[in-house]
Amino acid sequence: MNALLPLGTIKVKAQGVNVHYGDKHALQSVDLDIRAGEVMALIGPSGCGKSTFLRCINRMNDLVDGARVTGSLTLDGEDIYDRAIDVVQLRARVGMVFQKPNPFPKSIYDNVAYGPRIHGLARDQAELDEIVMTSLEKAGLLAEVKDRLAESGTGLSGGQQQRLCIARAIAVSPEVILMDEPCSALDPIATAKVEELIDELHENFTIVIVTHSMQQAARVSQRTAFFHLGKLIEVGDTEQIFTNPQQPLTQGYITGRFG
Amino acid sequence: MNDHTVKSYDDELSHLTSIIARMGGMAEAQLSSAVQALATRDDELAQRVIAGDARVDELDQEIQSFAVRLLALRQPMAQDLRLIVGALGISGEIERIGDYAANLAKRTLVLNHLPASAPVAGVVRLAELVCTLLKDVLDAYLERDIEKATRVWNRDEEVDALYNAVFQTLIEQMTEDSGTITAATHLLFIAKNIERIGDHATNIAEALHYQIVGTQPAGKRPKGNTVGAPQ
Repeated sequence: MNALLPLGTIKVKAQGVNVHYGDKHALQSVDLDIRAGEVMALIGPSGCGKSTFLRCINRMNDLVDGARVTGSLTLDGEDIYDRAIDVVQLRARVGMVFQKPNPFPKSIYDNVAYGPRIHGLARDQAELDEIVMTSLEKAGLLAEVKDRLAESGTGLSGGQQQRLCIARAIAVSPEVILMDEPCSALDPIATAKVEELIDELHENFTIVIVTHSMQQAARVSQRTAFFHLGKLIEVGDTEQIFTNPQQPLTQGYITGRFG
Repeated sequence: MNDHTVKSYDDELSHLTSIIARMGGMAEAQLSSAVQALATRDDELAQRVIAGDARVDELDQEIQSFAVRLLALRQPMAQDLRLIVGALGISGEIERIGDYAANLAKRTLVLNHLPASAPVAGVVRLAELVCTLLKDVLDAYLERDIEKATRVWNRDEEVDALYNAVFQTLIEQMTEDSGTITAATHLLFIAKNIERIGDHATNIAEALHYQIVGTQPAGKRPKGNTVGAPQ
């Protein structure tokens, strides 16, 4: 668990990362360090490359036709794009939560148990139960669903579904959790619950979150990176980015002057 | 500054700046009228200054509530956030300056009913210097001129030096002629209040610096001794 790593240790290191989608140069030599135990927010206008960068970290771009990733990306110093890396194992270490809650059409229990089962994390049923309960608890969902674990995950409200997806992501004890606009389909209360959860989770996980809500970035993250037209423009402490950004482009974006 | 995607936001920010400008102009006029009333023993003018303070307070209220509205509705960031938070601070400083001007006018009324015993020239000179600083810092605010603001910030020391000289003179006056004690004591308070106005002008310069670049002016705030002891 990276909670044991000293705070500030570099968890994910990107150096000169370029991504091409066919002819489109989507990400241009990005250097960015993500520290263990921090919440890093990625912001920028649509098409700026923030989601592309996020998806490089667990090799989701491998699934896109014509996508080419060059440069160096490491997780705890290990090359994420090394041929020897097992992508399934990588994605167990680097979990992901998507914009739209996407629970499996299975029971609430099975949604959370799915990962631990395929990765063989539990030796018996009792251990699996333990993992499912703990994950639901950590995701702040247990109290709401403990009496209906056998019901379908798709029957939950949008906010509950998203927390179920977070429970599913943390069930395999990942080290890093990637979140791609996790609250954009949620109402303010459900959003607040997810944000509260992010605040609790970052004690044990490193979190990278893409968000279009500047207020959300300001509320949940310790550091913020601003992307524009495929380039990383500025990265800094969240407080500094939102009160006194150093780059005119950052200033223009966060104050609503271009978009 | 006028280039937000949402145009009405630009209008609101410039409205905020324009109320501050109006309030600043008003406080500046209040101060110079009060000084003039003191110098010319003008009861009527002093009364007008006293009555005029309510208008400065109203503008302060208007700015506070408008700024809170902007914070709530626009959720400003970066330079916009600093502009609004700075406006809240600057408005408070100007409101205090207005209070001191009104107090000066009240004391002028008292002095006008006493024989012209203690000399007011030193106090008037001090007030003129502070008026200049106030005018400069308000101009700097309107022109977003950080250099001018920094010059005001650096000149507060002159105010402190002049204040100390006035203080000494008034003490000597009272020592020589105890009949002047009442008038000279009022003048001492007036001088102290004017010196305070200088401090508030300096605070405005600091707030302006923060609005524009996001930091306080570099270095230690220039500060003379203001306990009235010889330098």
